[in-house]
Amino acid sequence: MTDLRAFLRNTWRGLTSMRTALILLFLLAVASFPGALLPQRSLNAAKTEEYIQQHGWWGRTLDQLGFFEAFASPWFAAIYVLLFISLIGCLIPRTVEYARQMVAKPVLTPRNLARMPHHHQVETALPVDEVLSAARKRLRGWRIRVDEQQGTISAERGYLRETGNLVFHFALLGLLVAFGAGKMFGYEGQVILLANGSTFCNSAVLNYDSFRAGLRVDGTNLSPFCLRVNEFKATYQHNGQPIDFQSKMDYQIGDDLSGDRWQQADVAVNHPLRIVGDRVYLQGHGYAPTFEVTFPGGEQRSSTIQWRPGDQSTFLSEGTTKFPDPPGITDEHQRRERQLAITGLFAPTAQYNGAILTSVFPDLLKPAVAVDVYRGDLGQDSGRSQSIFEIDQVMVKSGKLNKVARKNLELGQDLTLDDGTKIKFAGVEQFVSLQVSHDPAQVYVLLFSVLMIGGIFFSLTIKRRRWWMRATPAGEGAAAGRTVVDVGGLARTDQAGYGEEFSRLTSDLVTELNKRGA
Amino acid sequence: MPGTTIDLRLAALSDWTYISTIAIYFLAMVLYAVELAFSRKRAPEKELVAAGAVVVPSAEATPASAARPERSLPDRVGRMAVAFTVLGALLHVSSLVLRGLAVDRVPWGNVYEYISSVCAVAVIAYLVFLRRHPVRRLGAYVLLPLIVLMAIGGKWLYAQAAPLVPALRSYWIVIHVSAAIISSGVLLIAGVASVLYLIRKANDENPRRFARIAEKLPEASVLDRLAYRTTIFTFPIWTFAIVCGAIWAESAWGRYWGWDPKETCAFISWVFYACFLHARATAGFRDKTAAWINVGGFAVTVFNLFFINFVLTGLHSYAGVG
Ligand code: HEM
Repeated sequence: MTDLRAFLRNTWRGLTSMRTALILLFLLAVASFPGALLPQRSLNAAKTEEYIQQHGWWGRTLDQLGFFEAFASPWFAAIYVLLFISLIGCLIPRTVEYARQMVAKPVLTPRNLARMPHHHQVETALPVDEVLSAARKRLRGWRIRVDEQQGTISAERGYLRETGNLVFHFALLGLLVAFGAGKMFGYEGQVILLANGSTFCNSAVLNYDSFRAGLRVDGTNLSPFCLRVNEFKATYQHNGQPIDFQSKMDYQIGDDLSGDRWQQADVAVNHPLRIVGDRVYLQGHGYAPTFEVTFPGGEQRSSTIQWRPGDQSTFLSEGTTKFPDPPGITDEHQRRERQLAITGLFAPTAQYNGAILTSVFPDLLKPAVAVDVYRGDLGQDSGRSQSIFEIDQVMVKSGKLNKVARKNLELGQDLTLDDGTKIKFAGVEQFVSLQVSHDPAQVYVLLFSVLMIGGIFFSLTIKRRRWWMRATPAGEGAAAGRTVVDVGGLARTDQAGYGEEFSRLTSDLVTELNKRGA
Repeated sequence: MPGTTIDLRLAALSDWTYISTIAIYFLAMVLYAVELAFSRKRAPEKELVAAGAVVVPSAEATPASAARPERSLPDRVGRMAVAFTVLGALLHVSSLVLRGLAVDRVPWGNVYEYISSVCAVAVIAYLVFLRRHPVRRLGAYVLLPLIVLMAIGGKWLYAQAAPLVPALRSYWIVIHVSAAIISSGVLLIAGVASVLYLIRKANDENPRRFARIAEKLPEASVLDRLAYRTTIFTFPIWTFAIVCGAIWAESAWGRYWGWDPKETCAFISWVFYACFLHARATAGFRDKTAAWINVGGFAVTVFNLFFINFVLTGLHSYAGVG
């Protein structure tokens, strides 16, 4: 039993020693390197998979060991948990010690002040009590202990150093807790919306294109609001470098949600919309061409869907617009022979190399598309997941989906298929990709960060220093009635720099003594 | 919109000044080296007196203490080196100011400008320290990495004067990046000091090691003080820079912290410097271990500057080569 107690006590002592803290802190730095050097799944899943593929066994092993999610890995957690236990174990006794010091008086004046790193001696005609009072006057702001009998003063200053240091370390703990809480109770979702008055409501996870929920978020308690994206505008320099992105939106919150009242907001890069505890970010943009299909029977269908921007400097985009429901066909089998897909490239500012379409500018100056039209079975009932940007190549290979036309179209131009179906490139809309983020703990993270900065500032700039004085009546004879004043000083941390303050303090005292003596 | 037009004349003038700066620094470095080569070995410094357990620092020597009537030749060369360093620093700052005026924004919007600013801070930090501490013998060692950095910056990372990309159009670029520049610049000096400290220490322990370099370096305690002072000056600023980066990221990228490679690297270097401060306060780690950790922090800082911007792609990489 006592063995166990001793073991526990020793472990605790070991864990909370400065040495262990230092080693753990160093390990924390080392363990973060993989997170900087290896691709990380949370940042770029595709690149991570590619990396694992390329590195075979080695890649798979690293993956199993959590190297591609370094900051969520058990070994990283182990290090910071140990570090923070060590920190708590270190802070408790230091806080107690700090509290004791705050009420304690400065230490007694040492017997021999001449042995202090800073020392000075003067003689004055003033009596001891007068010297003490002069010193007290100068020592305003210092914590002092006066001993009239002995004729000594002990003074100490710079307690804020330890205060700052403790604040810093406690804030560090708070920061970690707030960081963790944010991960638990936060969520983040992405959604793409056409900038033509489309709306989105933060009422269900399903309304998002992708969604990441914290452990304690089940999607039933999203902050209620609705958005309507009215306009997106990008401005560019003549060389195509973007200057500014901006989107005009309306939003509804609270009681407005049941009515038809909207409030306006401009959302831009660096300027998210902050409503009901959530933030809405403008993360990206692109184009969505509108195709109008006139079927042989005269029925019209139109569709506008986002195409994926490939090159950010020209916004040459690729995508697919699908028409899965040809009109007037009820037979399921027939329907699957007559579905249409328009796939190809979109250029906001078209230029041709022969017949090959490229784009030379990101803005919408001369839009054109280069399309392949496919007819047949889109494969939407196959059970395979469909990309909204591509057609299902399996259907093409199996001959169930066939290319029936290829053409470059400028705005307003059309093409006609063999069965008389007309396809018109009728217009272009812009789309925005938005991110909605929720993190209830981030204000606390900010608060603790500010405390950390303040704490560390005081901890590193303030010196804990001591100053002592001993006034002794100077014996018999010629010196009788005079007083010998010894002063000494000591900085408890980094010595350099105290010398100047000590000299200033001492010479002020001498000046005061001379003044009183005169 | 501010910062969308460019004054090409001023931009060219800035480039010209940049090149002159490198030339002047080079000249200064040569002069420092000449001083080192021709000066005698360190004068034996007087033994520091230990009072009880407390070590008294040597009186903070000022250049004024060198105001002897008759100056030796190496001493005059050394003073010239300092004069050229000051001139170089003035040119350096002008080059940044001109770049800023040319593009009508802060002159640290891409890696080229950032490196130049960091080097300017480093030179200024060195000059400030030089006013109060006997560190002239370090001149060549301080200027060498700066010249290399600036040459790399000017030759391979050069970016035409251009407006900022939208993501950087925020007042946070003024706050966050300037704090990062000040920290990196001063930490560079700390790193050089720690490297030299280790050399000096190695030589103190075994006089045959690094004999030629070490015997003309300042005392280990002076180097140690330089490393420590610069680090404690910088650490709160570096913390501030990272926190500001997080605040900016919250409004620009949708989260305040996402372990983006640059963020991760900043975190690592911050932990390194926290380690350094702890090592300084832990018995047994105070001397060489602390210095090694400081060198590690320095390495991470430089690594962060180059590697992350060019080898990896992160959210920060748009600030890369123009
Ligand atoms: C979570 C990781 C930690 C970080 C990032 C950190 C950071 C820092 C920093 C930057 C300082 C410098 C302030 C100064 O020198 O006065 C410091 C000082 C200090 N830390 Fe920590 N710390 C951590 C954990 C710990 C732990 C676990 C302990 C206890 C074992 C501890 C004990 C101390 C002490 C005693 C000082 C004062 C040293 C002095 O007087 O100079 N720290 N810490």
